[in-house]
Amino acid sequence: MTSSPFALWVYLSTTPLLWLTLTLGVWIGAETLVRWSGHNPFLNPVLVSVFVIGAVLMSTGTDYATYFEGAQFIHFLLGPATVAIAVPLARNFDLVMRRFLPLVAALVVGATTAIVSVLVLAHLTGLPDTMAVSLAPKSVTAAVAMGISEQTGGTPALTAILVILTGIFGAIIVTPLMNVLRIRDYAARGFAAGLASHGIGTARAFAVDPVAGTFAGIAMGLNAVLTSFLVPPLLALLNG
Amino acid sequence: MPLIRALAALLGFQLLGELISRLTGLPVPGPVTGLVLLTAYLVIAARLNGARPVFADLAADGILGILGILFVPAGVGVIRQLGILGTYWPAIALILVVSTVLTMAVTVGTFVFISGLMDKKA
Repeated sequence: MTSSPFALWVYLSTTPLLWLTLTLGVWIGAETLVRWSGHNPFLNPVLVSVFVIGAVLMSTGTDYATYFEGAQFIHFLLGPATVAIAVPLARNFDLVMRRFLPLVAALVVGATTAIVSVLVLAHLTGLPDTMAVSLAPKSVTAAVAMGISEQTGGTPALTAILVILTGIFGAIIVTPLMNVLRIRDYAARGFAAGLASHGIGTARAFAVDPVAGTFAGIAMGLNAVLTSFLVPPLLALLNG
Repeated sequence: MPLIRALAALLGFQLLGELISRLTGLPVPGPVTGLVLLTAYLVIAARLNGARPVFADLAADGILGILGILFVPAGVGVIRQLGILGTYWPAIALILVVSTVLTMAVTVGTFVFISGLMDKKA
């Protein structure tokens, strides 16, 4: 029935089925690779998948819109996944309450530093405004950061990749940095890791110490909420 | 059925969050408002009857366990941004590194400082 392989490709390359399946397949491959590497922090599965799929699209001349027709089914789940962060937050509610003051102070100071430092440095280096806005929520988990970026006039795709890079850098730097600063409180160390480098930093914190991991997760959830509130007024303040 | 309930609960809270964010003009993405509402609901429910809804664990362990792959479709969008990234990568790299180190140091410093103040008082 089917004629040439080329005709088959022409048909398949325009269906959501192919790109959805490719995304799942590449992800499985990337995770396997990361496991083989002994969880090398430089080999992040998101980064590997983006690189491989990006290369496939560019070499086949497929445009992003066609790819997204299929990938949107995965992308859609970012919304409910953000809502799901509520569950670990509620689970650890008592823990939050026990160290309420240091936690809230670190949250407010840290979230503000993350945003303001980006905007000030962007100004100093002469980065265009849309880039600065896309970078501002870099420390927040990707789903939320992309929402913030979209609402404030940034480029969500750019934000996604910058968020991932921030997470990877944070996961690599956290242990040496904390050792240099001579911080022995694992709650504090984890909290800083989760606040500055979201889920990727949290995964790293869990690998080091369970208390650090739990506080990293708390920081990630709280910072997602606070940064959403902080970015619009800080942008107005610093650009005005 | 529990799976359907979990999905319905997450989507329901997201929808509610979206409605509230849009109607009030809150500068917060709808899913974040949904996150806040669901946290409040879970904490209050735990206080009232001591139990945690089954859907909550399912939702968290299910969808949060596969969080990574959810960023891939958006991340692939970078193929449209290669030009701009190529132009500005030195500034971007500098900002990412400096801001992340500064944020971590300031956060951990504040946490330890306030903890110390409280221990002295106690």
